Amino acid sequence: MNGANTAFVLISAALVMLMTPGLAFFYGGMVRVKSALNMLMMSFISLGVVSLLWVLFGYSLTFGDDVGGGLLGNLDHIGFKGIEPTSLWGEKPDAIPVLAFALFQLMFAVITPALISGAVADRVKFGAWTLFITVWSTVVYFPVAHWVWQADGWLFKKEVIDFAGGTAVHINAGAAGLAVALVLGKRIGFKKDPMRPHNLPLVMLGSGLLWFGWFGFNAGSALAANGTAANMAFNTQIATGVAMLGWLAYERIRHGAFTTLGAASGAVAGLVAITPSGAAVNAWGAIVIGLVAGVVCSWAVSLKYKLGYDDSLDVVGVHLVGGLIGTLLVGVLATDGVGGVTQLGKQALGAFTVLLYSFAVSWILAKIIHVTIGFRADEDDELGGVDQAFHAETAYDFSAVGGSPRSTVPAAGQAGASAPQKPHNKKVDA
Amino acid sequence: MKLITAVVKPHRLDEIKEALQAFGVQGLTVTEASGYGRQRGHTEVYRGAEYTVDLVPKVRIEVLVEDEDADDLVDVVVKAARTGKIGDGKVWSVPVETAVRVRTGERGPDAL
Repeated sequence: MNGANTAFVLISAALVMLMTPGLAFFYGGMVRVKSALNMLMMSFISLGVVSLLWVLFGYSLTFGDDVGGGLLGNLDHIGFKGIEPTSLWGEKPDAIPVLAFALFQLMFAVITPALISGAVADRVKFGAWTLFITVWSTVVYFPVAHWVWQADGWLFKKEVIDFAGGTAVHINAGAAGLAVALVLGKRIGFKKDPMRPHNLPLVMLGSGLLWFGWFGFNAGSALAANGTAANMAFNTQIATGVAMLGWLAYERIRHGAFTTLGAASGAVAGLVAITPSGAAVNAWGAIVIGLVAGVVCSWAVSLKYKLGYDDSLDVVGVHLVGGLIGTLLVGVLATDGVGGVTQLGKQALGAFTVLLYSFAVSWILAKIIHVTIGFRADEDDELGGVDQAFHAETAYDFSAVGGSPRSTVPAAGQAGASAPQKPHNKKVDA
Repeated sequence: MKLITAVVKPHRLDEIKEALQAFGVQGLTVTEASGYGRQRGHTEVYRGAEYTVDLVPKVRIEVLVEDEDADDLVDVVVKAARTGKIGDGKVWSVPVETAVRVRTGERGPDAL
C-alpha cells in the first residue's frame, strides 16, 4: 500500500464531498425564495441515497468485474462483500486501499444525480425526485461509470479519454437534465414571470466551494500523488479562471454588464470542460479549453429561450455543453501524442453514446414516474412554493407577524398571553 | 396644516432628516416603499435573460407642518433629496383637516 497516495485520495474524497453542498448553494441561490430549500435538499438528499446504494450494489455494478460486453459490473461485491480494510486497488507500488478508492468514487456518484436537479428547479415532488435519483443511479450512472472508468468497460477499452468525468458525470447529467425537463414541462410563468436568482452571494459561495472541491475531483482522479495529479490541479485552476474571463467578456459584449452570475457560471463551465481533458493537455491547452468553454457555454444558456425547453438552471448549457467541449477538445489538444483525428473520433463516440443513452433512459424513467406516482408538483404547490409543500419550511423569516406555533404546549412566557390583562394604570382609562 | 409627503431615493434619507431637523421639524414618519416614475425602473441581466425591474426601492417620508411653513419645507426636502439623476422622486403637500397628539389629546397646530 502507498501511504502518500492513500492520504491524497482520502483528502480528495473529502474535497469532492464538499462539492455537493457547494452545488446546493450554487443552485439554491439561483432559484426564487419560495423554492430555495428544496433546491438545497435535492442535492443534499443524494448524499444519503447514493451512499446507501453504493454499499448495497452501486460499487459492485460500477467497479465489479465485467459481466460481459463491457456494459456492467457483476454482483461479487454486493454489500461490500469481500472488501476488507487491507484490500488494495491498483498496482504496487501505487496501490491504495479499495475503501479509499470506493469512497472517492462514491462522491462522484453522489454529485452526478445532484447536478440534474438544476434542470427541474421549482416544480418536482420531492419524494418523486428521490425515487428518480435512486433508479437513475442504478440504471444510468453505475453502468456509464463502468463503461468509462472500469478497465474492462467498453469505452475504456476503446481508449476514450475521460480523466475525471466529462462523459460519465457532466454529459451524463446534462443529457438527463434535458430529458427530465422535457418530460416535466416548463415552470408556470416561464418566459413571462421574473425568475430572478434570489441570492447571488449564495451562488458565489457555491461556485467557490465547487472550485475548491474540484481540485479533489480532478487531481484526485490520478489516484496517486504524482505529476499527473499536479498537472491536473494546475490546469484546473488555469482553465477555470480563463473560462470565467471568457464568460464575462461575452456577457459584456452581448448584454452590457460583467455579472456576478456570469463569473460564477463561467468558472463552473471551465471546471466542467477541464474535467475530462486536464490530465492530457498543458497549460496552453487549458487556456484554450477554458476560453472556449466560457464563451460557448455563455452562449448556450440562451438556447432554452430560443428552443423553448425549461432547463431552469442551465444544466444543459453549462454541464452538457461544457462536458462536450472538454471531451471533444482533448481529442485535438492532447499533448502526449494521442491528439488527432482518430482520438477526436473516439472522444465523439464516447460523448455521444453516453449522451444518447442517458437522454433515452432518463426520459423513459422520468415518464414512468410522471404517469404513475406523478413527478411534477401540483399547480398550487408550485405557485405557493415547493419549500412549504414538501419540506414544511421556508428559507427566510421576513415577516414579523404570523407564524405562531401550532403545538398544544404553550411556549415559555406564552401561557398567560391570552388571559385578560390587568390594566397597569386605571387613571389613564378614567 | 399641511402633510408633506416625499417619495425619494433611500440613500438620501439621512440628508433629508438632517435638513428637516435644521429647519426645526420635530418629527417625521418613514416608510419603505417601491415604485417608478416616468423613467420606469432599471434592467437586470441574469445569464443573458434581461429583466425590467419596474418597482425600484424608495422611501416615503411624511411630515405634518403648519400652513405657512409648507412651501419652505417642500423646498428644503427637494434640495436635500436631489441628486440630479433620474429617479430622484416626488414631493407634494396636501391640506390636513386635523391632527391629534395621541398621548395628550392636543389638537391642531399644538399637536405638531
